[in-house]
Amino acid sequence: MKKNTIVIASGILFVVLFSVAATVYNSQKNSDINNAFLEKAEYLERDYSPRKGLPDAKVTIVEFFDPACGTCSAFHPFVKQLMKENRGKVNLVLRYLPLHNGSDVIVSILEASRLQNRFWQTLERAYDRRDTWIVNHTALPDRLWMQLEGLGLDLERLKVDMQSVEISRRIQQDLADAQELEVRKTPGFFVNGKPLINFGDKQLRQLVESEVRAQE
Amino acid sequence: MSQDKIKTAGQEAWVLIFICWLIAMAALFGSLFMSEVMGLKPCVLCWYQRIFIYPLAVLFLVGMFSPDRSVIRYTLPLAVIGLGFAIYHHLLYSGFIPESMQPCGEDLSCAEINLELMGFITIPMLSIFSYSVIVLLLLIFRKRCYP
Repeated sequence: MKKNTIVIASGILFVVLFSVAATVYNSQKNSDINNAFLEKAEYLERDYSPRKGLPDAKVTIVEFFDPACGTCSAFHPFVKQLMKENRGKVNLVLRYLPLHNGSDVIVSILEASRLQNRFWQTLERAYDRRDTWIVNHTALPDRLWMQLEGLGLDLERLKVDMQSVEISRRIQQDLADAQELEVRKTPGFFVNGKPLINFGDKQLRQLVESEVRAQE
Repeated sequence: MSQDKIKTAGQEAWVLIFICWLIAMAALFGSLFMSEVMGLKPCVLCWYQRIFIYPLAVLFLVGMFSPDRSVIRYTLPLAVIGLGFAIYHHLLYSGFIPESMQPCGEDLSCAEINLELMGFITIPMLSIFSYSVIVLLLLIFRKRCYP
């Protein structure tokens, strides 16, 4: 009887010790990570990065995304919702991290659509119809092309614009910045320079809301 | 008188196996902490050492509550083999065995030291320590308590 108690108590002690140590370790690591990223703020945004929201909003979400990434697409409405809930307080800056095959061409299309002021519409359309232009995790730009009707885009002009050297330079810059910031998966979020360490919609909401509160 | 003697022997046997269990549990939770919380990926040799220590945490637990003392028959071989892997890993770490002989994948080198506690205690050292204490206690158990 007494032996049972000792054994059960030791077992529980192991589990408790493990959880406490994990919590302490993680919170320590998180604060270390946040401090490390404060020094990397210069890599977070570039002048050319697509931006949404009011310029004087105090909270900025930086999202590294891949147009061919299913999770990015699924997260997009959620990010929009977060911006709507915190209207005027939250900015969104998009960075490109085309990891799928063919994705960089899709990014070129998006960049070229910016010249016609149709970036966000084109992105929404690409996300909405992703089933049609992504096959076996490979992005097929020709198929996306067929989905771009009705957005008011001058497709001939788009075709020329997307070849520009500036666009590929931007993509290279974004990829380099992602590497610098250790973003290896999409979507990768930063809120006011703080990385979203544990991925998830609840975690992102928490991070955004805590930053909004901190700025009030 | 002799009844008392049997009882004391039983008590000693239980304590020995209990300590073995504590060590195995510490190794289990410690290794899981390093891989799952700290994010250190276990190399191939680490996995072999895990394979032989994880069942010990269960076997010693069962052994503590079995009336017979045959627990040693199925735990000692596991502990000895595990100790072998731990020693091999340590020799690899310290450079006694050249790198060309190591049976690891390219991406995760077993010879690469990625944790040093207090400046010198490496993971294979902890492994050697755990396994050898278990083996030692089991040998004491065999000498004193195993008929």
